Amino acid sequence: MQTQSTQSSIVDADLFLTLTVAGQTCGVPVLVVRDVLGPQTITRIPLAPPEVAGSLNLRGRIVTAIDLRRRLNLTPRPADQQPMSIVVEMAGELYSMLADGVGEVVPLRSEDSAPNPPTLDPLWREVSKGVHRRDGQLLIVLDVERILTIGGGR
Amino acid sequence: MDDLLADFLTETHEGLVALDSALLRLEKQPQDKPTLSEIFRLVHTIKGTCGFLGLSRLEKVAHAAENVLGLYRDGVLAVTPDGVTLILNALDRIKEIVGGLESGGAEPAGDDAELISRLDAAATGEIGPEPAPAPKPVEVAEPVVAEPVVAEVAAPEPRAVTAPAPRAPAEPPPEESATGRAPPQSIRVSVDVLEDLMMLVSELVLTRNQLMQLARARGDGAYTVPLQRLSHITSDLQDGVMKTRMQPIGNAWAKMPRLVRDLSIELGKKINLEMRGADTELDRQVLELIKDPLTHMVRNSGDHGLEMPEERRKANKSETGRIMLNAYHEGGHILIEIADDGKGLSTDRIRAKALSQGLATEAEIAAMSDREVHRFIFRAGFSTAAAVTAVSGRGVGMDVVKTNVERIGGTIDVSSTEGKGTSFTIKIPLTLAIVSALIVEVAGERFAIPQIGVLELVRVGGGADTRVERIKDAPVLRLRDRLLPLVSLGAVLGLEEPKEVPIGESGDMGFVVVTQVGAHVFGIIVDRLFDTEEIVVKPVAPILRHIGMFSGNTILGDGSVIMILDPNGIARVTGVAGDGAEQRSMAGQATSGVRSNDKTALLLFRAGDATPKAVPLGLIARLDDLPVENIEYSGGTPVVQYRGQLMPLISMTGDYGPPQDERGRQTVLVFSEGDRSLGLMVDAILDVVDESLNVQAGQGRPGFLGSAVIAGKVTDVIDTAWWLRQAGGDWFRASPAQTVTRRLLVVEDSGFFRELVVPALAAEGYEVVAVESAVHALKLRERGEMFDGIVSDIEMPEVDGYGFAQEVRAGGAWAELPMIALTGRVEPAAVARGRAVGFTDYVAKFDREALIGSLAECFNVPVAA
Repeated sequence: MQTQSTQSSIVDADLFLTLTVAGQTCGVPVLVVRDVLGPQTITRIPLAPPEVAGSLNLRGRIVTAIDLRRRLNLTPRPADQQPMSIVVEMAGELYSMLADGVGEVVPLRSEDSAPNPPTLDPLWREVSKGVHRRDGQLLIVLDVERILTIGGGR
Repeated sequence: MDDLLADFLTETHEGLVALDSALLRLEKQPQDKPTLSEIFRLVHTIKGTCGFLGLSRLEKVAHAAENVLGLYRDGVLAVTPDGVTLILNALDRIKEIVGGLESGGAEPAGDDAELISRLDAAATGEIGPEPAPAPKPVEVAEPVVAEPVVAEVAAPEPRAVTAPAPRAPAEPPPEESATGRAPPQSIRVSVDVLEDLMMLVSELVLTRNQLMQLARARGDGAYTVPLQRLSHITSDLQDGVMKTRMQPIGNAWAKMPRLVRDLSIELGKKINLEMRGADTELDRQVLELIKDPLTHMVRNSGDHGLEMPEERRKANKSETGRIMLNAYHEGGHILIEIADDGKGLSTDRIRAKALSQGLATEAEIAAMSDREVHRFIFRAGFSTAAAVTAVSGRGVGMDVVKTNVERIGGTIDVSSTEGKGTSFTIKIPLTLAIVSALIVEVAGERFAIPQIGVLELVRVGGGADTRVERIKDAPVLRLRDRLLPLVSLGAVLGLEEPKEVPIGESGDMGFVVVTQVGAHVFGIIVDRLFDTEEIVVKPVAPILRHIGMFSGNTILGDGSVIMILDPNGIARVTGVAGDGAEQRSMAGQATSGVRSNDKTALLLFRAGDATPKAVPLGLIARLDDLPVENIEYSGGTPVVQYRGQLMPLISMTGDYGPPQDERGRQTVLVFSEGDRSLGLMVDAILDVVDESLNVQAGQGRPGFLGSAVIAGKVTDVIDTAWWLRQAGGDWFRASPAQTVTRRLLVVEDSGFFRELVVPALAAEGYEVVAVESAVHALKLRERGEMFDGIVSDIEMPEVDGYGFAQEVRAGGAWAELPMIALTGRVEPAAVARGRAVGFTDYVAKFDREALIGSLAECFNVPVAA
């Protein structure tokens, strides 16, 4: 992922892909993102944990879709709204995080990060790596590994 | 080939591999003492064994080499490259002889005098000139360095895969030229390369399927011919790549002769091992997974199966016992038989053991065929070995074998004749990568069922002759005089509520996939059937592995992802295969059928202390077996997530610690009301019995109604209502608020049922008056008591329910009241009679939902659930 940046000190590790879930802007490191997909056909998986929206086919590989709204304990996505898929890889497995929208790749400096406010919902605190202020908005950096730890690990 | 000789060859091969690398190390560091010692020891071992086996040629060469090595080791002689070459020459000669042994079964003729004299000369300090340019050892030319595990491709004969060595020697040793054979056309390929190839072919198959589907949909003729070619080539390629992964099953058996030999010495038994079909090939992945179970079973046969020599003599058998391994192909599967001619399984002992372990009731065991009884050996913790030996008899074993076999989609069965022997049959797929599967649909979702277990497909309902029937609540299918238990796939997967009316009864159509798991045959009810497809099995994501229902997932020709069902898992969860305690209880439910209502189906379980506990089966919504890690805590109370809801769990012992169950699962009795559920944690489900309940009042222990003698044992009868109250106050209060309190009269002779019905109705907001007989009830009418409705038992002493209803309807203040009959007998005739005498509705006892629904209907109250 090559992004032109005016600041020469910015390296790939400082680049984040922004996404929105129920109005909240979040960020994930671009380095973990493999693909960003539009609406996909998702096969429901019976008996799966509620956070698991199902699985989808990404060029012959099976990707497990995690609904970020359900994972973050937010209101369900309106039926007429199609989620975007952000595909990440963890331990050799592909996962897709379903978000309402995907924004742009932005540089975020780690020194500009503020720690999680103590009043933050415990569930959010667990999956948040820190908070950034950007364009007058708060952006939460998500810990992808924690997001994908469902059942047992929580 | 002699077993001992085979052992020797296996050992010598390993030794030679180690020697090669050690010698090369030595050449680089001539003074390395540990290496020298190692080399000496290896050659010494070979020499020693040769002498024992009477292999004189080998012994002489090894002895001469050992002499030289001994001097090197002791520092008498300095290690020189010439010396090492000489030793290598000696090793080559050993390999040559070993190769001859392998192919001919005897030492090949040859003269080693010249080599030995040179070795002897070296021992005396003079390195003689080499008579001819030494044949360059092949292993030096082999540039393969420190490979991972290496598979042999198309090995000319079964041979143990050599252990990874710093320098893997080329497999064809120089003996090939000596015996005049052409070097075998084989190369070594890393397993990783094969795996990658397999994966690529899998993807290719998928893409091909997708293309074919597209072409069919478009109906474009131009693509037909090239597509067909592509299809053929893909299939051929798939076969070819599959073949590279195939290995003779003999590889898994290579260690068996040694094992049997050790066993026979250890146990003092004479054992002859016969191996047939060792060249039967199967996928190496399957081979790896089947190795351990096979070893275990051979061990079992030797230890448990075969008798001591004198016993065998007495039984008129030859002193030497026989263990036979037999492998062969059959219809896309491989069958492996492990048979012995020993004493066979003792049906009586297994019966007694099953009984003492509480795995089944006497009546159930009496009804079982010998074959069914034998299958108890696959239960966890079941062992009939009288003594615990070092070899087996610790009660872990066959269940592990069964689990392992099932893990690779196989099945295992046993047949045994007492006194004659035992035979196990394992049926496993040839490969795990690509399987043929049937695509089915239920509740609008598609699933794949591997063909291995599918016996036949039956259409039910929709005008077909066959239809689904019910015994109590359990759906069954009568198929050619056989009663098949049925499982509704939709219900099992939680996609739909269990249907009130079985499919096919109300005119809709469905299909039953008749499936076999082990010796058990059952039917899976699905909505639709599609065709079969070759699918590439991909493992499910780790976060979904806990769902025991799926063996994998795959991508279909149309590009959609689909889950692959695991019939073993379905059988396990629903209990149709009857190999676990709770499963059998479900079977018990199915067979309990319709009985007179003085008997009640009771679920017996254990929780806390040793006294069995009982609860009417009808009160239980379902039985769950939860993985312990699913249990979470909310405000100090254990809860589990179930369909997006929290279900509180209550412990009968009061405190909740992690269960002692080594399975890491917690058995839970689930009670449901409306959309809320509550789980009662128990240690083990013991049985389901039909008993007339005669409850003796207890000592006022909270949570217990008292004790009763059930199945010959004193059993605590639990007060369900009390336990439900422990879940928190809202259990009863959150019911739909009743604006008008309705007053109900309950007529029921059994105190136990009164205890159950009254709290249930009270929970719904009714004011309940309970009396113990119709006579009492009629007295209330005389006193001018008024109610909004009557719930009455049918079978009561003096005046029964029918008489009572006639009396009520005959006139008086109660003549117009809704009356609901409560009974265990919901037969059409009984229902008709009930209606005739004036009952408004007829409800099965313990069907709490139905009773409440029926009452609500009578009073026109909207029902929440």
